[in-house]
Amino acid sequence: MTAVEVENVVARYGDVLALDGVSLTVEPGRVTGLIGMNGSGKTTLFKAIMGMIRPDQGTVRLDGIDPAVARRRGRVGYVPQNEDVDWTFPVSVHDVVMMGRYGRQGFTRRPRAADHAAVAEALERVALTEYADRQIGRLSGGQRKRAFVARGIAQEAQILLLDEPFAGVDKRSEATIVGLLRELAADGRAVLVSTHDLHALPQLADEAVLLLRRVLFHGSVAEALRPANLARAFGLDVLEQEGAA
Amino acid sequence: MTPLDYLLEPLQYDFMVRALVTTVFAAVVCAVLSCWLVLLGWSLMGDAVSHAVLPGVVIAYILGAPFALGAVVFGFLAVALIGVVRDTSRVKEDAAIGIVFTTLFAFGLVLVSVTPSQTDLNHIIFGNILGVSATDLIQIGVLAAVALVVLVLKRRDLTLYAFDPIHAHAIGLSPRRLGALLLGMLALTAVVALQVVGVILVVAMLIIPGATAYLLTDRSGRMLVIAPVVSAVCSVLGIYLSYWLDAASGGLVVVVQGVAFALVYLFSPRHGVLGRHLTASRRRAAAVG
Repeated sequence: MTAVEVENVVARYGDVLALDGVSLTVEPGRVTGLIGMNGSGKTTLFKAIMGMIRPDQGTVRLDGIDPAVARRRGRVGYVPQNEDVDWTFPVSVHDVVMMGRYGRQGFTRRPRAADHAAVAEALERVALTEYADRQIGRLSGGQRKRAFVARGIAQEAQILLLDEPFAGVDKRSEATIVGLLRELAADGRAVLVSTHDLHALPQLADEAVLLLRRVLFHGSVAEALRPANLARAFGLDVLEQEGAA
Repeated sequence: MTPLDYLLEPLQYDFMVRALVTTVFAAVVCAVLSCWLVLLGWSLMGDAVSHAVLPGVVIAYILGAPFALGAVVFGFLAVALIGVVRDTSRVKEDAAIGIVFTTLFAFGLVLVSVTPSQTDLNHIIFGNILGVSATDLIQIGVLAAVALVVLVLKRRDLTLYAFDPIHAHAIGLSPRRLGALLLGMLALTAVVALQVVGVILVVAMLIIPGATAYLLTDRSGRMLVIAPVVSAVCSVLGIYLSYWLDAASGGLVVVVQGVAFALVYLFSPRHGVLGRHLTASRRRAAAVG
């Protein structure tokens, strides 16, 4: 079943058109790279998929069902951008991963044995077990991302959304995260990653989407990276035309 | 006079015992709430809501309704008005907050001035901890207990809301509802605290304990223990000082909390301005020795 189905979504902020008729599907078992420059609508598209904003037009379905129901079932895991997290917040790595379990817990979110086991397993999977008691800001850039991925694993989310996971991450950690995301997709999860790091793309993604307020291209990574396609996605063809005129 | 006499003498008076018990109630519930206000960056909102409840309390007094009801209604009214002014005009949020809460507070002052009453409504503004009656004490105790139970039961959700509201939304919780819960508790707590220090100084009890605890620990769970303990100790100390110095009790409660914050700001082992250096040099000495 298609994990994410976006159909003809239009989103406006006041007079600004952020998404202009975006249609997109994300399949389970695959990593999909979402490529676009700043202001291309990547974050708005994520918000629409997560139901944070109500699109002016169009529909979003997750796992073929209503997104609100899918969220309540814990299907959607989200790894936030660096600047959306307060890194001085007094929570440990373990606390953050445990937050992935809240949707499955009772009124006071008191953790049970199964929750502790799920958190331990998720930390093991991202190789952060020894850092479980660290305050979340006392991790390196790559470790921080892995902590949030572990939260999605503990949540048992089948759809993972990552917004710019490679920003502020060194090359070695980037390779670790790429390997981890490939494993998670191989388990059958749908992984959607927004990035403007084009170097990592061939190792990371099975397919790529080029976004500039609308979907310019959706297909193989190799084809997406062709200069003509990238030029359109990053608005360079417009500049060239203006330069010629 | 032995040191013990300094502790015991005030306790001979019923009004002092009531004052101390009330103060501890208010200090604990304010301090617990203050942890989230500080983490969310809601200090200004705490200031606004705690002032804006004044007309609600006065109207409740006039109608013979519970103070808490009036406070909650005006607390939410203030937040709604701030949102409307911010979102539908070019005025920015800080100005919107400033306009709405001062206007509501001023309206409350006008109502106080024209309302005939046996109990002096001015006590709402400056606090009247030494004049707390047994009935007041029961009312305050019930409100504080309700707020405290709700906050403690929902502490994990509130911390999640403060840390990552998008994740809360992604797993099907409602960040908006959690925010509203916190605001409701803020209005209730303001009613509890205004008996002690008055409307003007409530905000101190809603910010200082959380900020103090935040400088002492990297665990939100520990903040929720440290803040109320520090706040209760400081408040009791403030009441004792006011007895022996014959000075304003509400004022002293806040001054002592402020001094405690200053000490922690300087000497907290990990996050204190001097403490950081002391800890580092002690580590170096240990490494060398």
